[in-house]
Amino acid sequence: MAVMTYREALNLALREEMRRDPRVVVIGEEVGLYEGAYKVTQGLLTEFGPKRVVDTPIAESGFTGIGIGAAMLGLRPVVEMMTFNFALLALDQIVNSAAKMCYMSGGQFNVPIVIRGPGGPAAQLAAQHSQSMETYFYHVPGLKVVRPTTPMDAKGLLKAAIRDDNPVIFIEAETLYAVKGEVPEDPDFVIPLGQAAVRREGTDVTVIAYMGMMYRAIEVADELAKEGISVELVDPRTLRPMDVETIIGSVRKTHRVVVVEAGAGFAGMGSEISAFVTEHAFDDLDAPVERVTGANAPMPYARNLEKLKTPTKDKIAAAIRRVCNANGS
Amino acid sequence: MAKTMAERKGSAALGVDAELAKRLLYDMLRIRRFEEKAAEAYTLGKIGGFLHLYIGQEAVAVGATSVLRGDDYAISAYREHGHCLAKGSDPKRMMAELFGRRDGLSKGKGGSMHLFDRSVGFLGGHAIVGAHLPLAAGAAFAIKYEARDAVVVCYFGDGAVAQGEFHESLNLAALWKLPVIYICENNRYAMGTSTERALAQTQIWKFGQTYGIRSEKVDGMDVLAVREVVGRAVARTRQDTTPSLIEADTYRFRGHSMRDPAGAVYRTKEEVEREKQRDPIVIFRERALKAGVLTEADVRAIEKDASDRIDEAVAFADASPEPPPEWLFTDIYKED
Repeated sequence: MAVMTYREALNLALREEMRRDPRVVVIGEEVGLYEGAYKVTQGLLTEFGPKRVVDTPIAESGFTGIGIGAAMLGLRPVVEMMTFNFALLALDQIVNSAAKMCYMSGGQFNVPIVIRGPGGPAAQLAAQHSQSMETYFYHVPGLKVVRPTTPMDAKGLLKAAIRDDNPVIFIEAETLYAVKGEVPEDPDFVIPLGQAAVRREGTDVTVIAYMGMMYRAIEVADELAKEGISVELVDPRTLRPMDVETIIGSVRKTHRVVVVEAGAGFAGMGSEISAFVTEHAFDDLDAPVERVTGANAPMPYARNLEKLKTPTKDKIAAAIRRVCNANGS
Repeated sequence: MAKTMAERKGSAALGVDAELAKRLLYDMLRIRRFEEKAAEAYTLGKIGGFLHLYIGQEAVAVGATSVLRGDDYAISAYREHGHCLAKGSDPKRMMAELFGRRDGLSKGKGGSMHLFDRSVGFLGGHAIVGAHLPLAAGAAFAIKYEARDAVVVCYFGDGAVAQGEFHESLNLAALWKLPVIYICENNRYAMGTSTERALAQTQIWKFGQTYGIRSEKVDGMDVLAVREVVGRAVARTRQDTTPSLIEADTYRFRGHSMRDPAGAVYRTKEEVEREKQRDPIVIFRERALKAGVLTEADVRAIEKDASDRIDEAVAFADASPEPPPEWLFTDIYKED
């Protein structure tokens, strides 16, 4: 184990996979000479050269399509979105080309591509640079969607994504790049896609969260422990395919669920989790599933309004207390 | 068998020998018959969804493919039956795909707009206008990355030219020197919108010049002209891995799709009749007969052979069972 930042963990994953497999290429805006807008690709151009670390002009649809076409012929491109908000310009390529290719060719052509970059709320980046973009992608059969919360997950899941034979949407976060944590240095360390992590075991309530919301939930869980509320924290890590089994297992243990998500709540991840918890474990529930979500508004710029947009610790704590005080048993 | 003097003189006049002339005529006729039978099957309800016929444009696919190697690739939009067939795909499996049957190229899950055939390097029919132009550049990127000397031929219609992806692809293919040959089949109408109503520059080949790409216009109804121009482009691209843009002036004799059978709202009957005088199959057949490269007997044999092959394809598609229900959930992901 080594202690490193989330950014360094991603960088190490890229380096290890590029060393392991000559078919891996990195494509995107400012990934080479500039070393990445957020420095995730720092040093890659020096180590691997311009053939494998390819700077592009600002043409998301064009270079994403090129990545997909190259993947059809067997390369394993890692395409960087400078921020995932820009992926909307490539949405057709991702949804109509990458996600459908295997199916509509009857399995003749698969698309082993990773599309990665930061998404979600950051610091005063306003409406067009702060969206929780995973919701646009996890609806689509044919895609896999990853949101890695910790440096260890960032490394292990990015390696799994690169080794996967299918298109993987891998959304990081500006606010997490500097977070430090323990990371295995073993180049064979991989975290399989589709496995949730129980970050903390508890008995009273299951809180499901990822990325910045998980860090907030951890602080809330610490505070509530002092009130005698034992919180189990579950991080899905991969949103598609979702590890329903681990989540339902936790619900069967605690009988209470709170989902925390940064994005707007309508048709969000919390909606989906509420639905399958109801379908699979209705009789186990002692309280209705609570969702603590971002406000149904675009992200404002003003600092005070921005704080109102994303779920606060107070709101998370209040939701947890509500479900724990509910008396359904 | 030794060639007669007359045959030799005819070959010189036509520019191709009897063997190649037979193949070109056969390949064009086979596409024509395939499309006619597909239209028939559509009216019988055996083919559903959208069906876009290639009738009138056969010289482009056949002329272009005639200069390709087996390890070259082709990719197209949704009017792609001709390109797939010309590239060497089995008409039986193509027709079965149109019928939505289990022996179809894509197991019945793609349909008319999504024919794919890895075995012949056909990278698919893609049904979002403009979206496959970057894919073609990407395939060319992979070829160059692996230092192979294959090329990608990308067919698209004039409708794609107004899309951003046309311009992004030309820019990137030129910037990165990718071995891709973009062939715009200008049939003058994107569905019902004429190029005059869609493009500020209707001389589509000129867009290539802006990006520093070798660009040419060719009579898309003349299979030998297409063969010559695409042949030149392929040779140069193979040599220096830089892209080309070719505008083929062509025309579709049918409507946009079977749901626009007459194609008469946005163009006059007179125009369609006039363009039918440019029928690429008739023109080539008459030239080959006149030059003495082919005989009437040759033509009859080729026509029969093409018809027989397509009749077999229809019979095969008819006999192929429906895909089993469990296939709904296969091929969504490639599993290890």
